Amino acid sequence: MLLLAALLLPVWHALAQAPGADMPEMADALRQSGKIYVVVAVIAVVLTGLLIYLITLDRKIGRLEREIKD
Amino acid sequence: MFLKTNWWKAVAVLLLLYTAVAGLLMPVPRLAILNESIRNLYFHVPMWFGMTIILATSVYYSIRYLRTPTLQLDILSHESAKTGIYMGIIGLSTGSIWARYTWGTWWTNDPKLNGAAIAMLIYGAYLVLRSSFQDEQQRARISAIYNIFAFAAAMPLFFILPRLTDSLHPGAGGNPAFAKYDLDSNMRLVFYPAVIGWTMLAFWVTQVACRLAFLKQKVYEKQLA
Repeated sequence: MLLLAALLLPVWHALAQAPGADMPEMADALRQSGKIYVVVAVIAVVLTGLLIYLITLDRKIGRLEREIKD
Repeated sequence: MFLKTNWWKAVAVLLLLYTAVAGLLMPVPRLAILNESIRNLYFHVPMWFGMTIILATSVYYSIRYLRTPTLQLDILSHESAKTGIYMGIIGLSTGSIWARYTWGTWWTNDPKLNGAAIAMLIYGAYLVLRSSFQDEQQRARISAIYNIFAFAAAMPLFFILPRLTDSLHPGAGGNPAFAKYDLDSNMRLVFYPAVIGWTMLAFWVTQVACRLAFLKQKVYEKQLA
């Protein structure tokens, strides 16, 4: 639930925002075509992958610690 | 650092995923030259925050080592310093990419940049110094002392000397780094979680590395016995 909220809240926020005229150039076109979300998804997957790797390493070391204790 | 619980790791995961998504999608101020690259604030700057905190932790363990020399404290201090050095290298390279597309060059002889580079070299010497000892206790004691010196030398190079002169980099030449962004509450909404999240990740990685080193030590002691 919390995880979903952390991911969806900013998406909703970005969708609600309208670009103004006569302003410095931003990635509005990317957002309009929707493709910035592809990048966001890719980064989210990369980050998730790395974090899962760290979690498995953490658990493997935890198991070793228990093994060595006895 | 040695919290036995794991809930804070879940918090770190949440904060980092939030940073990645919100950091790219939340509204940011429209500024010329910076454009969307202002979002680097959520990724480049937390590296330096995390580095400073983890290096301070390393000094804390070094001081504790000098008071009560145990191998554990040496490992804690060494692994913390290593994580800090990793973050510093990532900070330098991300800053270099950012500079290329805002200042037009990968590197410039800016006091902030050169200060950071020299500070990283000082820490590089820490690793070289450590690896040059055969005797474990000598290595631990001398690198603990050097670590304290390195921190004392690096912090002014990062945060004080660049402020005394003019610099392209925000947070130099007398101007505080975040005055411009602090006014924007939307950016704060991502920036603070980002700093906390990346710093927690640094502690997590350090904790895993330390536990591995402790295990190695235990196995080694068992083999001797």
